[in-house]
Amino acid sequence: MTVDESFTSLPLGDLAEAALSRARALGAEHADFRVETVRSQNINLRDGHVDGVSDSSDRGLSVRVVYDGTWGFAAGVALDARTAAALAEQAVEVAKVSKPVNSEPVVLAPEPVHGEHVWVSSYEVNPFDVPDTEKIGHFQRWSERLLAADGVAHVDAGFQAVQECKYFADLAGNRLTQQRIRTEGALTAVAVDEDSGAFETMRTVAPPVGRGWEFFTGNEVFDWDAELDALPGLLRDKLTAPSVQAGEYDLVIDPSNLWLTIHESIGHATELDRALGYEAAYAGTSFATLDKLGTLKYGSPVMNITGDRVSEHGLGTVGFDDEGVQTQAWDIVKDGTLVGYQLDRRIAQLKGLNGGRSNGCAFADSAAHVPIQRMANVSLRPAPDGPSTKELISRVRRGLYIIGDKSWSIDMQRYNFQFTGQRAFLIEDGELKGQVKDFAYQATTTDFWGAMEAVGGPQTYVVGGSFQCGKGQPGQVAPVSHGAPAALFRGIRILNTVQEAGQ
Amino acid sequence: MTLSSKPQDLVEKALELSRADGAVVLVDAATDANLRWANNTLTTNGVSAGQQVTVISVKNGATGAASAAVGVVGRSGVDLSSVEDLVRASEKAAEESGPADDADQLVPGRASADWDEPPAQTDISVFSSFAPALGETFAAARAEGSLLFGYAEHSMSTQYLGSTSGLRLRHAQPTGSVQLNAKSGDRSRSAWAGVPTADFSDVDVVAVGQDLARRLEWAKRKIDLPAGRYETVLPPTSVADLMIYAYWSAALRDAVDGRSVFSKSGGGTKLGESLAGSSAIKATLRSDPTAAGLECTPYVEAYSSNAYQSVFDNGLALGPTEWIKDGELAALLTTRQTAAGAQAPVTPFVDNLILDAAPGGTGPSLTELTGSTRDGLLLTSLWYIREVDPQTLLLTGLTRDGVYKVEGGEVVGEVNNFRFNESPVALLSRIAEAGRTERTFSREWGDYFNRTAMPALRIPDFNMSSVSPAS
Repeated sequence: MTVDESFTSLPLGDLAEAALSRARALGAEHADFRVETVRSQNINLRDGHVDGVSDSSDRGLSVRVVYDGTWGFAAGVALDARTAAALAEQAVEVAKVSKPVNSEPVVLAPEPVHGEHVWVSSYEVNPFDVPDTEKIGHFQRWSERLLAADGVAHVDAGFQAVQECKYFADLAGNRLTQQRIRTEGALTAVAVDEDSGAFETMRTVAPPVGRGWEFFTGNEVFDWDAELDALPGLLRDKLTAPSVQAGEYDLVIDPSNLWLTIHESIGHATELDRALGYEAAYAGTSFATLDKLGTLKYGSPVMNITGDRVSEHGLGTVGFDDEGVQTQAWDIVKDGTLVGYQLDRRIAQLKGLNGGRSNGCAFADSAAHVPIQRMANVSLRPAPDGPSTKELISRVRRGLYIIGDKSWSIDMQRYNFQFTGQRAFLIEDGELKGQVKDFAYQATTTDFWGAMEAVGGPQTYVVGGSFQCGKGQPGQVAPVSHGAPAALFRGIRILNTVQEAGQ
Repeated sequence: MTLSSKPQDLVEKALELSRADGAVVLVDAATDANLRWANNTLTTNGVSAGQQVTVISVKNGATGAASAAVGVVGRSGVDLSSVEDLVRASEKAAEESGPADDADQLVPGRASADWDEPPAQTDISVFSSFAPALGETFAAARAEGSLLFGYAEHSMSTQYLGSTSGLRLRHAQPTGSVQLNAKSGDRSRSAWAGVPTADFSDVDVVAVGQDLARRLEWAKRKIDLPAGRYETVLPPTSVADLMIYAYWSAALRDAVDGRSVFSKSGGGTKLGESLAGSSAIKATLRSDPTAAGLECTPYVEAYSSNAYQSVFDNGLALGPTEWIKDGELAALLTTRQTAAGAQAPVTPFVDNLILDAAPGGTGPSLTELTGSTRDGLLLTSLWYIREVDPQTLLLTGLTRDGVYKVEGGEVVGEVNNFRFNESPVALLSRIAEAGRTERTFSREWGDYFNRTAMPALRIPDFNMSSVSPAS
């Protein structure tokens, strides 16, 4: 695969030269330059009919400088040398205006210079090369298949594809051109009981992936046929399922649900910029503060968490980050203890972590936004010879087996969370029983991970994720993947959401 | 700041090039300036300029034929030489798309008087008096041993909307806000304020800093309370969080389809039903594009069709709309087509929201409402609000940056944070007392929905589901 020619044919090197030489001439200590084209497509169907199809392409360029120890950033859209140079001037001007409120000089971790490189993510069929008729038709057929089943009143279908092309250059001599492709598809079936007015939904649990259209045309990576066959029956059972009895349960959590709990309670909590307070007024801080590195008991000894931006098909995966740092993999939690953070060049230097080196977590979602420390693929490792999901369930006397993510919320220090799911099955004496509905699990992060008795083996490992992780001001979204095995948790609080609503 | 071609020229050129049966062209020219700080120092900043061109093409019948299909393609960095490629891409998307359920005639032509005006712009100089004042506030915080965090943003977005049916509409929208968070040096105490502004001339950051310093004083005495239902004074920002979510959930089509909190058992919608229950407070929730201080786009702007809007409605004039009138559900979000299907008036989405709840239109301020609280909680803000159950519109979220215990009208200390589970619709039937409506900034949704005016509300039994150790 090669980078989109409409991107590589832009005068990227000339623009970089114009911007960087002006920044150097103005006396900037550091300057970097980006051009990005982010193309995205959304297809939405309602009951098999086209609801909305939109295709957008965001292209721009920006210059970031460190001038007199202060950041300055300016972004524009016109791809000509005059604009590139003018942005360098504006970035320096922004640094000057900001200087009175800056009391901490910006110093970046020194990093090796990689020169010229091209990197392209791993996919087979670029979704933007597939005619819209084919993509729409595919989801229409799937929608009709669900609508034809008993008890399905409505079906929502959604498909999203993104192609991200980036060019990065800096005063140090990096000239990096990269392209990533990602896709996501979901169908939600709705059942309505007209007499009572009750309704329930059931959504496919296929994850968003760093793959192309091939993800949707085969059953090798995700078994779409099995999922679509099962969905109507699961929905009918949910509509008539008993409401869960609130109380303490043991939980076996499927990777399709656990990825989001990992994202919220570990991924965000181990972002060093949050721990340092950079997000304190907005996304929040973290209970996992720097003084606890190496000592905090994050969870039970079976808990091992890695960060990486290199795993194939990962949504956070890329060759080089938005500060020109080569991506890598590292430990975040080892045998239950906090051992690492996610870093960018400034905060790595500031705190001397990782030998004063970044681990490659800078990301900007467009040329118009400044890179900030964003989440790597943060994943729970399976046990090498670990149990199957069935074996985990067999260890539970009274519990729930929870599948698929749905509602989520966590506090600003990442302690208290509440999650629901697509469906939950009652476990009695080691056996799966029918579904229960109206469930939510609520816990405190370290209690929850401390209650993790066992993780499943590699055969249970699935990579989930999101296109829409939000952080920063102005707000930015980032794509990120989270791998997880099935896992067993003891004694977790289950709420009944109907009782919570006071009904 | 360099922009691409003139927006009006792009609109005319794209319409001229169009071979579709009908077309709408939207050009959004936006400039933005921002400052962000943490630990009493700047963290990031920037200025940006962008121009997005969106072409909506209708094929197979612009006159509302059932066969009409629509294609929507948007791009930034488009100039007069590259706009044809965009127009053709939009037409191709229409050809490849199936018939659109919301197909309708394009809105008949009319023009804004200021169509020929250039885009309004902002730049970093919007902070020229704010930044030094912020520096002063940092100095005051340092002197007190406290830390300031926050963000200031100003944007100017000018939209040009043209159509083959003769629309030529322009709207310039300023949007701005400051969020300030103060923490004690050990970070065990935290307070927050958000201030919406159109141009920063009305922001007194020094005064905001002083208010937060007072709240940090309140927090010196810590009181542990368990989960439970508490009499709670919700400040306007939190009422905005909850009402905005209810508004976003109010699509007529979802209600008709039996899948919303506004659906009626046995079919149909709750339009005309009272949501106020036995509460003596009969609130009115409304939008008005001309509301003073909350002015917003006075016509429909839709970049995609969904449950509550249609690209075919682009340019449709918006007027004042009462969503809930004196406690009764009066209107839901419609397109022309969903309205016709349900024989309801056409009431599309408007980008501002106002709740009037105090009888007679006047009511106590937040301070007065707190002053008349015998025993209850005063919240600063809510955070991380997510839907738990669409049937009841049960939402969960956290309290943040100050839950204060009020006894005999006085704040006596700070309570731990809680996770709440509540439905904004259910709350409407449990309002014990309402304050006066004032301009406010939703902490949770202010980035997407800036223009709200809300009262403080006293809820006798707000559901604090569990304790959050976060501070």
